[in-house]
Amino acid sequence: MKGFYALLAVVAVVGAGALWYGSRPRPAPLPSAPPPVAAADGFRGYTLGSDAARVEVIEYSDFECPFCASFATVQMPVIREQLVATGKVRWRYRDFPLPGHQYARYAALAAQCGGEQGKFWEMHDQLFQHHEWAQTGKNPRALFRDFAKTSGLDLEKYDACTDGQRYAGRIQASLEEGERAGVQGTPSFFVNGKRFEGHATSDAFQALVDSLTRTRK
Amino acid sequence: MIRRQAIVLLALVGLLVATYLWLYKIGVIGELQCGTGGCEVVQTSRYADLFGIPVAFYGVAGYAVLFVLGLAGLQPARAGDRRLAVLVAALATAGFGFTLYLTSLELLVLHAICRWCIASAAIMTAIWVLALTGLRQTA
Repeated sequence: MKGFYALLAVVAVVGAGALWYGSRPRPAPLPSAPPPVAAADGFRGYTLGSDAARVEVIEYSDFECPFCASFATVQMPVIREQLVATGKVRWRYRDFPLPGHQYARYAALAAQCGGEQGKFWEMHDQLFQHHEWAQTGKNPRALFRDFAKTSGLDLEKYDACTDGQRYAGRIQASLEEGERAGVQGTPSFFVNGKRFEGHATSDAFQALVDSLTRTRK
Repeated sequence: MIRRQAIVLLALVGLLVATYLWLYKIGVIGELQCGTGGCEVVQTSRYADLFGIPVAFYGVAGYAVLFVLGLAGLQPARAGDRRLAVLVAALATAGFGFTLYLTSLELLVLHAICRWCIASAAIMTAIWVLALTGLRQTA
């Protein structure tokens, strides 16, 4: 019987060791440092709304940033309904992954890979609406695949895109563009090229857009 | 006695497999070592949760209970305890039924095979067979 208990102990220790080994944080494919691969492709960010809209808002955002998540889930639905859907505003999303955020670039990559299949905004919404991932510090790869699946993405193509860091250069270019424009934190907004300084609420954007469209009439 | 020892050993291995799948599901493990990619298809499917709880966690709980009951059955004082044998057999039967359901989902609905899930199914089936034969012996 002692031999049996020894066998159990060996199996338990080896198994627990294997689980511990498998759960260690892995650096790739979740880079926090600027990636050395893939050049920028001149991409200017995914947009919502009409190309004919008189006002363009550029949002520099970080998927791991809690304020960005709050803005995306509380203010953005109203903005989409009142300003974007009505044709007043074209909303442009630009990546600005902050260096202190471990998975921000990976989240941006996941969204870009969603965009490759025409589902950027679906992935954007998933990443912000289920923002618990940003608080746990755990490797979000599996969760992001869940988001990709929920968004209706072809997972094989999504995997190839994220594993190959296909849009890493695009994300880096967006970050550098934001830095040149003076962005220091997220979310930051530019309305028709001018920095938006106020408290970012749907009401504030509504008022600003109304004032801009009034003066142009 | 050997049969009960086999149940305990199998339950321990099953517990490790289910824990692996559960840790993946809750994001602790970022990538399953699967080979075919079928594991992630299965684990990210809508069938990977039941009543809001990852299916793998039911496996963790089930194997843990089987392991503890199996260890209790190894104590000399409980060598002929029929109630314990019935309890293990009932739990193993429930686990086997659940395993059949999950495997049929893989084969018929998802058309993807998760090797770890199949390993767990094989373990649960072996436990079920051992538990039933053990039950007949204590009758």
